[in-house]
Amino acid sequence: MSELEKEVEQKFKGVSIKRHSPKRVYIEIDKERAHELARFLYEEKGCRFATATGTDTRRGYEILYHFSMDKTGVIYSVRTVVPKDKPKISSLASFLPAASWIEREIWELLGVEFEGHPNLVPLLTAEDWPRDRHPLRRGE
Amino acid sequence: MKTIIPVGPYHPLQEEPEFFKLEVEGEKVTGLEINIGYNHRGHEYLAQRKTYDQIVFLVERICGICSTSHPIASVQAVEDLAHIEIPERAKYIRTIIAELERLHSHFLWVGLAGHFMGYNTVWMWFWRYREPILELFELITGNRNHYAMMKIGGVQRDIEEEDIPVIQKIMNELESKTVMFIKAILDDPVIAGRLEGVGILTKEDAIRYGVLGPTARGSGLAIDVRKDDPYAAYDLVPWDIIVFEEGDLLAKAKVRLLECLESIKIIRGCLEKMPKGEIETKVEDIPTGEGIGRAEAPRGEVFHYVRSDGSNMPIRYKVRAPSYMNVPSNEVAVKGYSIADAILVLASVDPCYCCTERMATLYDGNRKLTGKDLLKLSWEKTEQLKRKFKHRLIVD
Repeated sequence: MSELEKEVEQKFKGVSIKRHSPKRVYIEIDKERAHELARFLYEEKGCRFATATGTDTRRGYEILYHFSMDKTGVIYSVRTVVPKDKPKISSLASFLPAASWIEREIWELLGVEFEGHPNLVPLLTAEDWPRDRHPLRRGE
Repeated sequence: MKTIIPVGPYHPLQEEPEFFKLEVEGEKVTGLEINIGYNHRGHEYLAQRKTYDQIVFLVERICGICSTSHPIASVQAVEDLAHIEIPERAKYIRTIIAELERLHSHFLWVGLAGHFMGYNTVWMWFWRYREPILELFELITGNRNHYAMMKIGGVQRDIEEEDIPVIQKIMNELESKTVMFIKAILDDPVIAGRLEGVGILTKEDAIRYGVLGPTARGSGLAIDVRKDDPYAAYDLVPWDIIVFEEGDLLAKAKVRLLECLESIKIIRGCLEKMPKGEIETKVEDIPTGEGIGRAEAPRGEVFHYVRSDGSNMPIRYKVRAPSYMNVPSNEVAVKGYSIADAILVLASVDPCYCCTERMATLYDGNRKLTGKDLLKLSWEKTEQLKRKFKHRLIVD
């Protein structure tokens, strides 16, 4: 386990860290602290925000924030699950403009609302697209 | 007084669907709003309904210019998921194809940049020397574009022994021309006057916006997937990463120009060291799990994420192209410059809106050409090309 992983484990009690391959690490955390962990990786550890993936799973809407540590070439993916009945999570775009577009995309395609996003307006879908329809949700 | 100048939704110069709303006061740009989404692609959703082997062909069609970076990222994502090691020779072939792509893409951009500046000589010259690279692609892979070379576990086809001297010869020709072009462009006071100190993206903003590729390296950020997370044969051959601190348009142009020479160096290194042997590992099953693959496209890092439930199709496929990170940074890079500069600034990140989907019907006289006819024509042309290169080699 690398220094960074130990530090994350110490600072954020109860996270589960899984190393899939030497350069791919997945960190699972509850949605309340995901924002804080992302901020820690970006501001203190100097990771670059690569992108985020939103997936509809049985557990809820899963958001994976992919951070790249360019010095070591490791990708840290922060995994968090947003409940389906209340799909809300705090936004990273408030301090990280790199996350702005992808949060808008996940909001319109998966229907997860990012609280505190400076400009949460549709990015990809047409102007007359019905806003209650989310193409990446299963069963729609 | 504030005025809004709309550029788009169909860009008059870059000829792609994007919409920039320039907010100007007099001549000065004070704000920028960017809209995308004028082209329906649906690749992520489509990929979730294709088998892993089909996905490689699908993602190749995301972009007509980075048409090998997406497949490389895609196969690497699956290889990461299933812990597959590829044979040594396949690594070198992947590298050669990726670097040839970078060469033709950078030539394309420099040519276009010349055209946007009203410097059509630059455009004509660069595109004239981009042509041999495309012919080389046809010689090696059978296609000028969409090379279909990548495969999970290796590559689809080998580079023939007889093609190697042709690659070497074209690399030698291109090297002397590239050196000449770089000198001509960097010595030109008009080009310097047009690009120097314009559209500065500071290092801090580059980090905040997470920009990639030459856009980042022109702003002093030494990031490159080929060095940071080496894939294919990038850690097996010598080459340097090109970084400039200024952050202006000239710095971005210099990064791309000098990278052409590095690409030639990498290709030469690969040809020298490429061992003989297998070109693919047999892949049996794709297990349950997830994988991330990334590759350094000419515009920056391409990022693919794949998740499998153990069946032959993924349950989630995510693609992030570099322009998705680079284009928003224009919001800060364009502020404070004149409208005439803005057009260049917006083009400086080498945006790619991936508008390559279309359908065409071809007629030869009154006869409608079918897919079979086109294939036949394409084979004939490849054969012609092979003869041409053979002939050229004998003449020298």
